[in-house]
Amino acid sequence: MNGEEFVPLSLTPLLIGTFAAIACALPGNFLVLRKQALIGDAISHVVLPGIVVAFLLTGTISTWPMMLGAAGAAVVAVVLIEAVRRLGQIEAGAAMGVVFTAMFAAGVLLLEQTYTSTVHLDVEHALYGNLESLIWLDAVGWSSVLDPVALAGLPPELPRIALTLLAVSVFVWLFWRPLKISTFDEGFARTIGVRTGVLGMALVITAAIAAVAAFDAVGSIIVIAMFICPPAAARMMTNRLETQIAWSIVFAILSAVSGYVLAGYGPLWLGAADAVSAAGMIATMSGLILAFAALWGPCRTRAGAPGTA
Amino acid sequence: MLSLAAHQGASVAEKITKDCPLAIRGLTVSYGQKPAVFSVDMTVQPGAMTAIIGPNGAGKSTLLKAALGIVSPLSGQVSVFGEPLEKQRARIAYVPQRASVDWDFPTRVIDVVLMGLSRELGLLGRVRARHMSRAMDCLNRVGMRDFADRQIGQLSGGQQQRVFLARALAQDADLYLLDEPFAGVDAATEKAIIAVLKSLKEAGKTVVVVHHDLATVTDYFDHVFLINTRKVAEGTVAEAFTAETLQSAYGGRLATAQIDQISRALG
Repeated sequence: MNGEEFVPLSLTPLLIGTFAAIACALPGNFLVLRKQALIGDAISHVVLPGIVVAFLLTGTISTWPMMLGAAGAAVVAVVLIEAVRRLGQIEAGAAMGVVFTAMFAAGVLLLEQTYTSTVHLDVEHALYGNLESLIWLDAVGWSSVLDPVALAGLPPELPRIALTLLAVSVFVWLFWRPLKISTFDEGFARTIGVRTGVLGMALVITAAIAAVAAFDAVGSIIVIAMFICPPAAARMMTNRLETQIAWSIVFAILSAVSGYVLAGYGPLWLGAADAVSAAGMIATMSGLILAFAALWGPCRTRAGAPGTA
Repeated sequence: MLSLAAHQGASVAEKITKDCPLAIRGLTVSYGQKPAVFSVDMTVQPGAMTAIIGPNGAGKSTLLKAALGIVSPLSGQVSVFGEPLEKQRARIAYVPQRASVDWDFPTRVIDVVLMGLSRELGLLGRVRARHMSRAMDCLNRVGMRDFADRQIGQLSGGQQQRVFLARALAQDADLYLLDEPFAGVDAATEKAIIAVLKSLKEAGKTVVVVHHDLATVTDYFDHVFLINTRKVAEGTVAEAFTAETLQSAYGGRLATAQIDQISRALG
């Protein structure tokens, strides 16, 4: 495939898929180690009431109000989960279960009780993005990458997810040390002055922002897979958190690129006529990588649970 | 019990100065309806080794965690070297219970010890050769120098406990608070840990240990603090570690034979 075909049709979906995968995998490393990995699943449910409320307030179905509504709902959910967990003194998973089912139900109720159900509210788009449609028709080849006129026609999802990835990376880089210490030993972290409650909340909100930006571009399937599969596979490749993060980024890129290519060309190679969903194939590839790491990764066995040695 | 109450009154009257490593006044902590620690006063003597003793569920760990701000008390005050905890965090080192963390966490022994230097390093400060050599020194003091590059999950329980102690040593504090450091460790580790704690005491540091083995109290410690939700007794081993105070703290749970044994040990 030459640049004239690749740049307008495949470059932007590939970049968007890759950025979304990395933006989710980065905080996913900490969420998996904190046993909060299902937060991605929770967020994909709780954005519904946010989208409905955003529509009721603005009366439009354009992207920005939808995204702000989704992000707002995600933040409300995160705060509620933390509140239920602390006030009820129950584990995080149970608190998530209570909050995300309640908020999803509230979203459905709101949808049915207001006139929104008669409008074509684009929930489909918010929950299941369409990666293949994010093409760059203004591009004519590699030269367009430096052409301001062509760049103005970039799909808006690309700068949005790129900015999100930048924000997530800066958060992880800046708070690396307290994140690592409080994930390993929360009590000790507090004694050295780390505000672990605030930091844990900031981590989950960062993950929520990554999730919402990624939903918009690539759909919820990728988000849920990318929070868990690359970090979990990376954990089985190494016994150092620094190396684990690096592996998770490699696996995220590998899933996004191989998934996109296989979705577009795999069926053709097999003699079928149509392509399959890129988002679905990316999630499938991340699952396969996880399976390979679980079978052959060098650090896949638990070295020693407390008290066994 | 009356005489014990009088004992409490005496410590409240003491003036809290900057010489007092840890002073707790009227501390009450509750996890639900029932208080885990109720209206406790504690005054830790500088340069001493103090054992916090009491039956299971008596609030020993909770007292320590509340003193460190890990759990929020319902009421009460904590002062560290005469000031609020927040101002004196740099002078405190803490060794949590070994079982409180997931040892499968992807990190090496040396990285755990370096966590003890994180206040010095700040958010983005780089680990330099001098930090590394300090961390290695601390590992050396607990006899774990050769394990620096091991993943922490590959260690035995006793080795994990020593790594935690090395991290506390790296904090270079004046007050060391340890939660059950001897729980489930081998005899060699117990000896190594007590040797390090005694060397800290000789260097003028203050050590407070949540401890459950009554048989070793007189050998290891010079002060005791007996608790069973409320304070039972506080003082030197001779004053506060007696058959009477133990009976009062443990009630029927302590066999008479054990008390006899301890009484004999105390002479």
